[in-house]
Amino acid sequence: MGEQFPVLVLLIPFFTALVICVVGLWKPHWCQPAAVVSLGASLAVALGALCQVVKKGVVSYALGGWPPPIGIEYRIDALNGLVLVVIATVALITAIYSRQRVVAETPGRVSQFYTLYLLLVTGLLGMTVTGDAFNLYVLLEVVSLSTYALIAMGSRRAVLACFNYIIMGTIGASLYLLGVGYLYIKTGSLNMVDIQQLLVSEGLYSSRSILIAFILIMLGVWIKMAFFPLHGWLPNAYAFAPSTTSCLIAPLMTKVTVYVMIRMMLTVFGPAYVFDYLQWSEIVVWLAVLAIVAGSIMALAQADLPKMLSYLVIAEVGYMVGGVWLANEAGLVGAFYHIISDAFMTLCLFLAAGAIIARTGEHRISSIFQGLPRRMPLTFFAFLVGAFSMIGVPPTCGFFSKWYLIRAGIEAGHWAYVTALLFSSLVNAILFFRIIETAFFGSRPDREHNEHTESQREESPLSILIPLLGAALAVILVGLYNWNLVSWITDAVRLYYMAPMPG
Amino acid sequence: MEFTDILIARFNYWIYIILMMIGLYAMIAKNNLVKKLIGMSIFQTAIILFFVSTGVKQDSTIPILRHDEIPGHQAESIEHPTDGAAHSTSIRAIDYANPLPHVLMLTAIVVGVSTLGVSLGVVQKIYGYYGTVEESEILEKIKSTHG
Repeated sequence: MGEQFPVLVLLIPFFTALVICVVGLWKPHWCQPAAVVSLGASLAVALGALCQVVKKGVVSYALGGWPPPIGIEYRIDALNGLVLVVIATVALITAIYSRQRVVAETPGRVSQFYTLYLLLVTGLLGMTVTGDAFNLYVLLEVVSLSTYALIAMGSRRAVLACFNYIIMGTIGASLYLLGVGYLYIKTGSLNMVDIQQLLVSEGLYSSRSILIAFILIMLGVWIKMAFFPLHGWLPNAYAFAPSTTSCLIAPLMTKVTVYVMIRMMLTVFGPAYVFDYLQWSEIVVWLAVLAIVAGSIMALAQADLPKMLSYLVIAEVGYMVGGVWLANEAGLVGAFYHIISDAFMTLCLFLAAGAIIARTGEHRISSIFQGLPRRMPLTFFAFLVGAFSMIGVPPTCGFFSKWYLIRAGIEAGHWAYVTALLFSSLVNAILFFRIIETAFFGSRPDREHNEHTESQREESPLSILIPLLGAALAVILVGLYNWNLVSWITDAVRLYYMAPMPG
Repeated sequence: MEFTDILIARFNYWIYIILMMIGLYAMIAKNNLVKKLIGMSIFQTAIILFFVSTGVKQDSTIPILRHDEIPGHQAESIEHPTDGAAHSTSIRAIDYANPLPHVLMLTAIVVGVSTLGVSLGVVQKIYGYYGTVEESEILEKIKSTHG
């Protein structure tokens, strides 16, 4: 049983998706409990796999019994084990939250929604766990296809946004595939670890094909994660999607893609090639600086709450890409810690925004928050936790991830990156304090007369409140235990820096 | 001279790049959403062509062993790979085309077909909402309802 964990973690949601697809048609109210149970099981398996990694080191699973360089390998180490747990947790929290929202937003299509939802989670888990470059492409497309369908279930505007996403997403995935093709031509292997060994042993660093492969793969991954100049598809797609969909994809899609980028740089090409041979980190960190500044400024310009949060996601992608490309250990650790903390704080914000929009029926920042602390105190509290984390107020995880990233930036001597992080913090502070101000002090002149009905408590139902507070708790816990997490990640990252240096 | 050499010896790369650029152009420049999708399809097919062409080998055959070609005519020799050294001259990998790119592309074709399917569904929905598949007209309609 234990040795099957790497594949079980994604087979459980996968098979549940197939069952829901059929059974859900005449028992739609069974879908959500089934999804929650399967994601809970998947989370348990992911934790089990993480325990195995602690005990025995890297867990390698040969799919179909074919040994690694020939067959597809599933590989769990200390880094992606952690990402697996984060994905399963976020998916579980969102699945619990979805109970009423899905019925309200996509009536009559509940079974289709949960089928796609579980397929999406399967793909994300698979992208994290796979050790095969082509398998990664297939899972990337599984994720993308289910995301397209989920987004298209949203409002009128969502459909057009979804179309643009399909075009951009397909270009991204195709570029990645092309890059894998070049790698395959040069090395004759698709296994990530094997490719790296071949690159070193065959002395392929100077090969122009490998350079092209690297550029294509990076471009493909950047399109998929909405790295700044390639971000055009994201804001509308996330803002107009059904709220449960954006609660799932906003925390996970970009972060898992960032992890894939880290994976490509560390496992496939190797830090020796990416940082020491190419020496492009300066340029990419500057791009990340642009992404952070542009994302923050565009977020400031939004009057619509989901849209503002979507632009913040773009800025956060800049944090992580910049951190990774600082080319020092601290930057990589900071970026990785930020993947985890950003997943939870984005989740917290999107869940809270979804709950607030569901109750008030409004999208505009200027009107939605008025009197909210009295109407929905707990929901607003959770929103505040997420907001403080985005700004970087101490007990939350956002503070610590920013702290580690800034320290890495200083260590690398990249002052523009440090300034951009501080600038983004400042903009987030302006954004969220504007909201807090309208929430506590804003008045609603047109409805002053029926203040007594307005101020009644209209807290969200428990099925929304429990996952929301769970997410807020996760934000604080990830912050409080930052030292344990960071030392864990540091050990894991060191292993990568040490291992691939035979030549 | 050298340029023509590259042009002729690597003609498969040139073809795939030209096809890919046609697809990219259609995706960016066309106003009609269905034409954009056709461009997307060309883009994906170009990459499939590229992969398949890398599996080509001169004077090679399909990688299927006939029964009488299996060394020793018996399954036992497979079970004892140490004996394989004696037979290795009878099967030469160089005689067979590389099947892997083709197998990978079977998967990529499936991915391409499903992407096309989903996107056609989305276009149908767009047509249902806006009554047109011309991007400029759709944007105008969005502006007029929101502005």
